Amino acid sequence: MGKTLFDKIWDAHVIDEIEGGPSVLYIDKHLIHEVTSPQAFNGINKRGLKVRRPERTVATPDHNVPTIDQHLPIKDKLSKYQVDKLTENCEQHGVELYGLNHPYQGIVHVVGPQMGITQPGMTMVCGDSHTSTHGAFGTIAFGIGTSEVEMVLATQCILQPKPKKMRITVNGSLKNGVTSKDVILYIISEISASGATGFFVEYAGEVFRSMSMEARMTVCNMSIEMGARGGLIAPDQKTFDYVEGREYAPKGTDWDKAIAKWTKLNTDADAVFDEELKFDAADIEPMITYGTNPGMGVGITGSIPSVGDISSKEVPSFQKSLEYMGFKDGDVMIGKKVDYVFVGSCTNGRIEDLRSVADFVKGKKKADNITAWIVPGSKQVEKQAIKEGIVDVLEEAGFKMRQPGCSACLAMNDDKVPKGKYAVSTSNRNFEGRQGPGSRTLLASPLTAAAVAITGKIIDPRTILQN
Amino acid sequence: MAIDKFRHTISTAVPLPIENVDTDQIIPARFLKATTRDGFGENLFRDWRYDNSDQPIPDFVLNNPIYRGKILVGGKNFGCGSSREHAAWAVGDYGFKVVVSSFFADIFKNNALNNGILPITVSEDFLAQIFSEIEKDPDVKFEVNLESQTFKITSTAVETDFDINPYKKKCLLNGYDDIDYLLSISDKIETFETARAE
Ligand code: SF4
Repeated sequence: MGKTLFDKIWDAHVIDEIEGGPSVLYIDKHLIHEVTSPQAFNGINKRGLKVRRPERTVATPDHNVPTIDQHLPIKDKLSKYQVDKLTENCEQHGVELYGLNHPYQGIVHVVGPQMGITQPGMTMVCGDSHTSTHGAFGTIAFGIGTSEVEMVLATQCILQPKPKKMRITVNGSLKNGVTSKDVILYIISEISASGATGFFVEYAGEVFRSMSMEARMTVCNMSIEMGARGGLIAPDQKTFDYVEGREYAPKGTDWDKAIAKWTKLNTDADAVFDEELKFDAADIEPMITYGTNPGMGVGITGSIPSVGDISSKEVPSFQKSLEYMGFKDGDVMIGKKVDYVFVGSCTNGRIEDLRSVADFVKGKKKADNITAWIVPGSKQVEKQAIKEGIVDVLEEAGFKMRQPGCSACLAMNDDKVPKGKYAVSTSNRNFEGRQGPGSRTLLASPLTAAAVAITGKIIDPRTILQN
Repeated sequence: MAIDKFRHTISTAVPLPIENVDTDQIIPARFLKATTRDGFGENLFRDWRYDNSDQPIPDFVLNNPIYRGKILVGGKNFGCGSSREHAAWAVGDYGFKVVVSSFFADIFKNNALNNGILPITVSEDFLAQIFSEIEKDPDVKFEVNLESQTFKITSTAVETDFDINPYKKKCLLNGYDDIDYLLSISDKIETFETARAE
């Protein structure tokens, strides 16, 4: 029997199997940031250990950094301490650090691909659930807890039970105005926020093949939002073109060797998955979420389900969620008033996302009731956006450009959506309070976010695209 | 660092019959600024537990003195969301040793186990029985036996088996941690690295 892409990569990294237990998996690349690493460094320091392979680890602060005046010392004492700790730990252990103001700093999942750290066939981990992003390159990449960060720092290995395998195929072509974000929000709304728990997902089919690398990253990024351990897409010429020439990418004859290896990274025709799901691209509309988990999404022209359509066990959670959002079951989404628009995060804070927003708002003004934040995913994205004139376009339209970081995606810094306010966000989580205590998040694509910023309310971006 | 050994537990339980309890509810991001593992229990379920002026919300289970114990019982898909181990630290620091649900998110489950907290997955029906027994009598006790992998409602003597990976079971019972294990096989790691470099 053939092997899946996942099996091929996994099997090549298993050092040992514990009987009846997890596998010992070798980790090629380990990304770290300021929030989930300090306790891990404390741990290895206490044990008197060194980082086993510092050259396989790269660090950048992102979760907790301010997005204005980054050249000044961080005002929040605790945040400053965390970021300083990261610097100290990296210095002590010889780990490469792209610190604040470094030209490569940014959200860890934007930095990895942009530097060419992320490459096909690798195993990658980071103390952050959206590590799944890197799967876009045909990489086994998944989020880990801090004890596991410590494990990887100390031994370059991790103990992991082998997940089950799922393939999600989407064939056909996407309708105008439908983006990769809509595809993944659609899949999650179909299978629920726990629909892929215990699985590692491979995305296959024409829709993913025709996506750019950045669009594929958006899809893989949100794998975790349906409970999956991670998601991956077989590498192809687009993948190789994207990696080629980047700082960490193999060069010269090493590059040719790498390509020879990478072209073999695909699922054999006779490989078997534990579960197969198929969707049709024609069924996908621009999506918006109405509730407090990413599975609670609908086509933007649709309405919130009626209580009668929800299975009785789920009614209390459904109602709790709508109450939090200030919505009623059966409500139509179009026309709902919005207060904030946030474009950024490791889901949609890359240059293509900023380009799509800028293209859309060029020559237009944001609505008066909207506060619009654009937070580039990294310094490199910021630099490119300035170079292409995107920043000018967005500022003319009334958007506020911020400096790179996670920002309002998780609101650890000052970028918080106030209590009771509605934010259309290009990030990945609409949990209660995610964007600040009492904040109400509606997840959507950058295109939809741009349309909302212009009109001040939920709108189908296609109605503007057509005009 | 070894973890605490898991002991036979007989305790009352705190019911949280909500589905998809995510890690942002367990411990909101703004409390992740600490650089040690302690003290997170104080902010466990912060935004459900306290209002904007930091006053306890009386309706929330953790503020209701009739509910207490070492066992937390949550709805389906408990611990979904972020990989923050702070969620497991908060649960443990508050004093819970066991979390019961009909379904756990993967990373939370791993994180709990790595901190000596036992996640027990039971059927939807069994979960409903637990909630209904607590509703009838908040003092009802539950017995957790990791050796035999059983969870018992003492009032009705109804018992269920639960699954746990044998390796993790051994770790919990003996207080072993994964790093000690990985360090013990460093020669194998070395061999693997050398073979790949060639
Ligand atoms: S942008 Fe958001 S989801 Fe991505 S790493 Fe930062 S906090 Fe996590």
